[in-house]
Amino acid sequence: MSNVKGNPAITTKMVPVFIMGKRYEVPESFTIMKAMEYAGFKFIRGCGCRGGICGACATVYRKPGDYKIHVGLACQTVVEPEIYLAQIPFYPANRASYRFEELKPIPEEVFKLYPELFRCVACNACTKICPMNIEVMDAVSALKQGNIKKAVELTFDCIQCGLCASRCFGELPKYHIFQLARRIYGGKILPKAEHLKAAAQAITKENRYDKTLKSLMQMNEEELRRAYLEREMEPVTATEDWRPSEKRFLLE
Amino acid sequence: MRVGVSSKKVCGDFAKKVKEISKEDFLLCYQCGMCSAGCPIAFAMDLPPRQVIRLLQLGLEEDIAKSKTIWLCTSCLTCSVRCPRGLDLAKVMEALRLISLRKNIDYVKPAEIPHDALAELPQIVLVSSFRKHTA
Amino acid sequence: MELSYYPGCTLKTRAKNFEDSATAFMAALGINLKEIPRWNCCGAVYSLADDDLIHQLAPVRDLIRVKEQEQGKVVVLCSLCFNTLKRANLLMRNDAEKRKTLNTFMDEEVDYNGEIEVVHLLEVLRDDIGWKTISDKLKVPLKHLKLAPYYGCALLRPQEVAIDQMERPVILHQLLQALGAEPIDFPFATKCCGSFQAVGNREGALECAWNILSSAIRRRAEALVLSCPLCDFNLAGKQEELKQKYPEFKGIPTLYFTQLLALAFGLDSKVCRFELNYQDPRPLLESKGLL
Repeated sequence: MSNVKGNPAITTKMVPVFIMGKRYEVPESFTIMKAMEYAGFKFIRGCGCRGGICGACATVYRKPGDYKIHVGLACQTVVEPEIYLAQIPFYPANRASYRFEELKPIPEEVFKLYPELFRCVACNACTKICPMNIEVMDAVSALKQGNIKKAVELTFDCIQCGLCASRCFGELPKYHIFQLARRIYGGKILPKAEHLKAAAQAITKENRYDKTLKSLMQMNEEELRRAYLEREMEPVTATEDWRPSEKRFLLE
Repeated sequence: MRVGVSSKKVCGDFAKKVKEISKEDFLLCYQCGMCSAGCPIAFAMDLPPRQVIRLLQLGLEEDIAKSKTIWLCTSCLTCSVRCPRGLDLAKVMEALRLISLRKNIDYVKPAEIPHDALAELPQIVLVSSFRKHTA
Repeated sequence: MELSYYPGCTLKTRAKNFEDSATAFMAALGINLKEIPRWNCCGAVYSLADDDLIHQLAPVRDLIRVKEQEQGKVVVLCSLCFNTLKRANLLMRNDAEKRKTLNTFMDEEVDYNGEIEVVHLLEVLRDDIGWKTISDKLKVPLKHLKLAPYYGCALLRPQEVAIDQMERPVILHQLLQALGAEPIDFPFATKCCGSFQAVGNREGALECAWNILSSAIRRRAEALVLSCPLCDFNLAGKQEELKQKYPEFKGIPTLYFTQLLALAFGLDSKVCRFELNYQDPRPLLESKGLL
């Protein structure tokens, strides 16, 4: 037990971790990222949202007596005693260049840009290494069968950390391939949101909000403050049919 | 044509490696030519299958490497099922290909296949081609 | 009655005509071809290297999927997939050391010890259903249709997986006879179509295809009957190029054997998806009054 720096009232249990082969004692409740910073590492790369979604802090680690390769996001994974870790903040993967407007909504577009897709041997290394528990092999399989929709649904949680590409036997740049599939699906296969289009039209073409915006811009600070505090807000308990009393700016 | 034959080559690493990968005893071959006769693509080969086995028996790795034969093989197994000595030539051909492929040298380069070909080739062609011809 | 079914990637796209006609005529026989869930590409070709285990993972994984369905066997349509899956199955049955290594490696899957059978649809037709049952179900006998049955490699070689005699197979001949058609023998019926050389050595593959097609034409065949989408690509998909190379070549349609069955059973020709055939067989079929 030792004192955490600066606060003598708090004591915390320390555990050893091995960061790139060197031993450090870190507080046992820390995430890997905090533990590395505690140990004196300063992140200028390999660190991003600190919230488990940007994919910058992918970490690979081993546990004593266990042959398996474990993986996790440094910002989310709490340390365990004697883990042996290294970070893989970026793994190179070739990205095909394409003009999105020219792509057709068919799987052959993916085959053309990433023929390496057919080098997959179903070894499942990618699935095992994914920190988001995505069924990566199944997604590759779906794409090979021409099923873009399934591949997109399976890879929705992908954070582009690159670990799958690092382990891939066939050297597929997987996270780029899935990104292309998601773009084609979202941009060219899924039905368009008509209400969004109508709303955008109202703003840009019909200039429906020009008058309000103008009047806002002409207010002084006092008037703006008052307008803000007196604004009409949808109550938390509002039902589907609640409407504001000011009806001029509604789309319907 | 002068061919240098030595026991060093015949019993050398190359022959050992082919034996290890294929587990076939290519010294069984007595050069009858059944394989070449049945091979569907022998017409396109500079050296028919029988001659490749002969070169292998003599340990002449460079001569085999210069030839296109092992890369033209379609793994149709006609030679393997017809060989009177029961030699599985298809396995030997695969071993010869792998000696090159395992050095990380592609025979087919996926990035060089033209886009219109990639759009029309069914998956089964690309998968089988990449399995046999890429490193 | 239900049978586990492994499609393979190409039957879901380019060769959907193969799959659709098969599921349709099997349904007419009261059999539901049930696709196994979560299958992956089997790899198409079997790895011939003794020390290569990674290329066995793909087909073995598919066999595990069949095992998980608690079905004793899986039916395959694509001959090349059949060949690969069956050989992988034999490996898992016969080689104890490799079986152990593969099972240990795939620690995320249940162990597989060769429990299931891999069969080709043609075997099911011959051995389980029987030619007589098929003939009895005929609504449209394929009379006067001269069809050259092309076997290719994968159904017949190596011996351990062959569904018929390797040098003079008869299974497709028997099917065609049961359907009332006239099978045309031709010497290139078991010669390789060129396979994956369609990518690596295109000229060589083209000539292999030409040898087969010209032989069938010399024997006055009106169409070829196939069981593999790779053969279909080489033999039918490349015909436009062949017409350029050999101006006297006018083209010849190819049909999957399942399309013939669907036709002969009197099913709506829509299930045959003829529009996906590289060379449209409809003019020929119409000329014989079969459509």
